Amino acid sequence: MSNILTVLIFFPLIAGLFGFMVNQKSIRVYGIAVATAEFLLSLWLWLSFDTGASGMQFVEKLPLIPEFGINYYLGVDGISLFIVIMSTLMTLIGIVALSIKENIKNMIITLLFLEVAMVGVFVSLDVILFYIFWEFSLVPMLYIIGAWGGPKRLYASVKFFIYTFAGSLVMLVGILYMAYLYYSTTGVWSFSLTDWYAFILPMSVQKYLFWAFFLGFAIKVPMFPFHTWLPYAHGQAPTVGSVILAAVLLKMGTYGFVRFSLPLFPDASVAYIVPVAIISIIMIIYTAMVAYAQKDIKQVIAYSSISHMGVIVLGTFAMNVEGIAGSVFLMLSHGIVSGALFLLVGVIYDRKHTKMMDQFGGLALSMPTYATIFGIMTMAAVGLPLTIGFVGEYLSLAGFYKVSPIMTILAGTSIILGAVYMLSILKKTFFGPITHEENKHLPDLNGKELWALVPLVAIVVWLGVYPKPVLGPIDKSTKALVQLMNEKAQTDLAKQTILVSKNSAKEAK
Amino acid sequence: MAPITIDFASLNLMTLSPMLVILLGALAILVIDLLKSDLDKTLYVTLTVLTLFIALGATLSLNINERGLFDTILIDGVSVLGQAIIIIASMLFIPLALTKRRFHEFSYPEFFSLFLFMVFGFQFMAASDNLILIFVGLETASLALYTLIAMHNTKLAHEAAIKYFTMGALASGFFAMGAAVIYGLTGSVEMNTIAKVFQDRLGDAGILIPLIGGALLMIVAVGFKVSLIPFHMWTPDTYEGASAPMAGYMSIVPKMAMMVVAMRLFGIYLELDIEIVRDVIIVLSVVTTTLANMMALVQEDVKRMLAYSSISHAGFIMIAIALDTTKGYSSLFLYYGLFMFTNLGAFTVLWVSRHKYNIHDERFHHPYSKFAGMIHRSPISAIIMAIFMLSLAGVPPFSLFWGKLYVLSAIVDSGWYVVALIMALNSAIAVYYYLKLVVYMFLKPEDLSGGKVVYANRALSLEVVIGIAAFVTVTSIFYIDPLLSFITNLVGASGY
Repeated sequence: MSNILTVLIFFPLIAGLFGFMVNQKSIRVYGIAVATAEFLLSLWLWLSFDTGASGMQFVEKLPLIPEFGINYYLGVDGISLFIVIMSTLMTLIGIVALSIKENIKNMIITLLFLEVAMVGVFVSLDVILFYIFWEFSLVPMLYIIGAWGGPKRLYASVKFFIYTFAGSLVMLVGILYMAYLYYSTTGVWSFSLTDWYAFILPMSVQKYLFWAFFLGFAIKVPMFPFHTWLPYAHGQAPTVGSVILAAVLLKMGTYGFVRFSLPLFPDASVAYIVPVAIISIIMIIYTAMVAYAQKDIKQVIAYSSISHMGVIVLGTFAMNVEGIAGSVFLMLSHGIVSGALFLLVGVIYDRKHTKMMDQFGGLALSMPTYATIFGIMTMAAVGLPLTIGFVGEYLSLAGFYKVSPIMTILAGTSIILGAVYMLSILKKTFFGPITHEENKHLPDLNGKELWALVPLVAIVVWLGVYPKPVLGPIDKSTKALVQLMNEKAQTDLAKQTILVSKNSAKEAK
Repeated sequence: MAPITIDFASLNLMTLSPMLVILLGALAILVIDLLKSDLDKTLYVTLTVLTLFIALGATLSLNINERGLFDTILIDGVSVLGQAIIIIASMLFIPLALTKRRFHEFSYPEFFSLFLFMVFGFQFMAASDNLILIFVGLETASLALYTLIAMHNTKLAHEAAIKYFTMGALASGFFAMGAAVIYGLTGSVEMNTIAKVFQDRLGDAGILIPLIGGALLMIVAVGFKVSLIPFHMWTPDTYEGASAPMAGYMSIVPKMAMMVVAMRLFGIYLELDIEIVRDVIIVLSVVTTTLANMMALVQEDVKRMLAYSSISHAGFIMIAIALDTTKGYSSLFLYYGLFMFTNLGAFTVLWVSRHKYNIHDERFHHPYSKFAGMIHRSPISAIIMAIFMLSLAGVPPFSLFWGKLYVLSAIVDSGWYVVALIMALNSAIAVYYYLKLVVYMFLKPEDLSGGKVVYANRALSLEVVIGIAAFVTVTSIFYIDPLLSFITNLVGASGY
């Protein structure tokens, strides 16, 4: 099936449009059925994916606006494959766990449209097409936060929208400038990423373009000091909104670094390793401290998620195979773990309509299964070996160690600080005696919640113990990426930093 | 003994992808019903439409001229066109379940899953050139269809289902016997092998009688399913008993599937210039068209009139098979592609006014008198129904005019001037009964002797389907040329 990527993008769109026909009371089953079909399709993509090859697969190319070089150009490689699968999985799990009662039909249709945007971003190889999906993803999220959010939802959703929109407009100017440079050099317009990969820019231009793209991606990640929209968005968003936001939408930023910034501007990326790394380390340490100071469980997880995104960015800018492959793997593990944690917070919020830590205590007595799953996810978030969190974090930091040991040690405090605030949640909410009488009879996880959470637990353990099936293809494509960067690099500094080591991420581990 | 190894790639499962999509959709509906009861029928309708939509996409992206599944599946232009028409007609049909009033059959999820299984069967008929697989497809589809008719759960519906079942079983018997004779002569059930062996053995003494005998048995089987006179007896009663959309559906999809089978099978005979097969088909077509038109004249019920009219249309189009030219086969698909919208639209207009208790007439659901003065009651419905009637009559510029024009031109091209003349005169007869309804709707005063007419079923989904049908019927002049070249390309690519 050569057009599977088109099917993956447009199936949720068509299904979403047909969804308007379905009655309110049956829409959940419809959503689950469609999301399951989409998830199975993405698994099929993995099955038919040639894991031995490093290049783009399932490529489709149709001219859209030929005079301006805009094509409908899709493809998937080891880096994007698993992010696509994670997007479809988290959408499915978000719909399964959906606890919203009012306007559930609009919610499900919105989630299906959001899925279109997410899959589209990760499989587009045409920059304009990428940009269209990138911007389109804002609209469903705006609606999800604005319509089903908490008391300050309007402020949060508009802030989210304006922040990311502003960043991406700067990126758009960068895209257009890049396309113009390509046109003035080669005489033809092209927005195809593969054409741009083959196009070498002088360093004087690279530095401007690098920062233009950087701003767009950094706001999405979100990197310090542009992170202030995220705690608001998480605090006000409904559970499913937070899950998708943390698991997939933030990954668009880090994916952008890997797919655009590094291969398009290798010299500039190398030249700016230090400032980017400093921002990342500030982000790691500062937000971890902020997380510890929070009283709201969801805020703790929101800040911890920013902190971990810092490690991902750091790994990406290690400029070697271990670091980049590790950060791609960390994107997956962060998506699954933080998605699961937000789901878990949603569980108690549904029961008690509060997320404040001091309202709980001793929950392990009344909700043992819940406490167990929360415990496992906490360990994965902290990065305990044999959980999914360890693999990516270790590889990212090991990769960056080759660049700067001191900065790596500073970044490594994320593991310690992570343990501090995550364990303090465990202590305050789950252990000890039950401090509030009404918590004694809180019901444990119900079937719906178990269906959503148990698969995530299984993935956390499976990929923690045996990451090879996922890490293998990532490693292959990352090697090709680093090779490309090495060939494109012009400055000596860049040539030296971008290590095309014979070691692969797998062997380093 | 060496183990049998089958290379997975040699199965070429991609050729099966439209069927597999439908099958998965049908199973998913069953599973959902098993896991959770009390779900709304809109869910099942939407899932069915979605499945059909994906299957349509899969059909249109098939590679032409490929074989799969041990070479029993043949994907050529004809099978793509056949499947596409089957799926589009199904997509138009299934939203009609979303009526305001509840009807027995649509409250069961099994209805939708059976429906998809039926589409699955018809797809196999259109996409295979293996007589056994065609037979299996035919039976899968027919058994499901009998049940779907009976699920309407009125006395007439039960009668309709039993009648159809009995006649259908007889037709299947004829099909099996015909296939057995052909197998006996050639030792194969694959049509391309059959064609080769026929070619080789044509010189044998006495071979012609069993050869033609097999063909005649097959013609009877096809005749029953396509409702050619004299094998048409079940048709009016079945259409009357089945729900109106189901009747409209039966006038298109089973016939389309069987026409593709007939094309493939009789194409072999016509290639070998066995003229008697051609003559039999032509005589049957002419008789069917003429007699069915005569019978339609005297009907008092609009639904029965439409039943006879669809018999006559089937006879009209059957002649394209006897021509054995690319233009003839293209005209067949063009005709069905246009007929599908118009006819289903007309039946849907009947469906809007169907009511379980508020019956206008003791004997009939839709007597002509019910439509008297409809222009005053609901002018838009009356105008749309009139458009459908004029289109069925072949009045330009409505869609079926182009279909008729193209079929007639194909007949003339093959040199059958007299047949073309008879067919053209038949259209003139048909105008009378179509216009009769138009006259009732527009010119007769309202007749309230049978009680008030209610439009209980009116719902958005029905209006959308009628709207689409009317739109396609009216705007045909704009798309007829690209549609025709698309069809001719596909038919030509399959070597017909």
